[in-house]
Amino acid sequence: MECVFGMVGEGFAVVAADTSAVHSILVHKSNEDKIMVLDSHKLIAASGEPGDRVQFTEYIQKNVALYQFRNGIPLTTAAAANFTRGELATALRKNPYSVNILLAGYDKETGPSLYYIDYIATLHKVDKGAFGYGSYFSLSTMDRHYHSRMSVEEAIDLVDKCIIEIRSRLVVAPPNFVIKIVDKDGAREYAWRETVKDADVAAA
Amino acid sequence: MARYDRAITVFSPDGHLFQVEYALEAVRKGNAAVGVRGTDTIVLGVEKKSTAKLQDSRSVRKIVNLDDHIALACAGLKADARVLVNRARIECQSHRLTVEDPVTVEYITRYIAGLQQKYTQSGGVRPFGLSTLIIGFDPYSGAPSLYQTDPSGTFSAWKANATGRNSNSIREFLEKNYKETSGQETVKLAIRALLEVVESGGKNIEVAVMTREHGLRQLEEAEIDAIVAEIDAEKAAAEAAKKAPPKET
Repeated sequence: MECVFGMVGEGFAVVAADTSAVHSILVHKSNEDKIMVLDSHKLIAASGEPGDRVQFTEYIQKNVALYQFRNGIPLTTAAAANFTRGELATALRKNPYSVNILLAGYDKETGPSLYYIDYIATLHKVDKGAFGYGSYFSLSTMDRHYHSRMSVEEAIDLVDKCIIEIRSRLVVAPPNFVIKIVDKDGAREYAWRETVKDADVAAA
Repeated sequence: MARYDRAITVFSPDGHLFQVEYALEAVRKGNAAVGVRGTDTIVLGVEKKSTAKLQDSRSVRKIVNLDDHIALACAGLKADARVLVNRARIECQSHRLTVEDPVTVEYITRYIAGLQQKYTQSGGVRPFGLSTLIIGFDPYSGAPSLYQTDPSGTFSAWKANATGRNSNSIREFLEKNYKETSGQETVKLAIRALLEVVESGGKNIEVAVMTREHGLRQLEEAEIDAIVAEIDAEKAAAEAAKKAPPKET
């Protein structure tokens, strides 16, 4: 029941992900951060098999960093998305990763962008996207209220609408969400939306 | 002797590995490079042979980043350097991926030195023709470090060192003039040491400064010229002071 969704606004892109780590009927923790900061101006929101999710996104992160050291400049969001898709595609017919990814980034020349990359290596550049059962609700809500060039307030308002929809309509809805944003000033955490508080655990 | 330098796997009767020694010769012919460790700043300086008029000098960077907190300069065969630097950069990221920690300066130095040693004990390959100066801050203790490796694969830590052309003169200068410095003083010491063997001017030296907070920063030609001017002024003042006292008595 993992929910990941995001959208592009005026000069920024925002992604939200649920924060529950689940194994069968057990909730391991409800403050698992599934949105990784790929580099200074990129975010990867990932959902799927927990082992694959962490392994794959960390692998992408280190390769993106290596590119930057080798070439003296960072990868563009489009290049990072294509690289990610390529890695998924190469592994697909041998040892596939079960990870769905929304890659959000900001480039100085082209502005904000969002890429939808699913576990069988589909790549789409999108204005809004979502994964999981939550997508039935968040995508419909975004279709109704989204318009291009939204402000941060409008976008966060729409994100909250989606979270409310997921919480009220999904049978095993995740209680907590994390929202992260990327714009010209970089990628950073924006807010948490919590209904259940875990005892404080040091981040993995 | 002629028969003992073909394949480096062979020792000579008097215990030499000639290929390794020849690699050290190649290093001695390379550009001068100097490294100085301060308390909060570490500086690398490299001699820049005059660039051809049509060449884009920005594409010939001699001081490179291995990771956010580690940098390297070298003397010797630059093409060999490219290979070593690439392997080291991969190792830095690989280390971060497997143990979730950045490398320590000692670790990556040991890795590079290990690589250089491997090529002195394999068939059909020649040693890397370069010595490296590796600087960085320990990711946890924040302690600054300067290490040197050479074609034989040995490495050690230094407070200040030089390699390449006329490195002996530079090292002598450093031994005479080294003291614990910080900030701009460390930069000046490194440039003064390099100017012992290099023609004065920002055009002829490349300098990079590493600090804990800001990582590696390459100095602009104008900045180097300004510091060189300061050094020249200090030298002139010292000369004048030496000549003045006899007249006063």
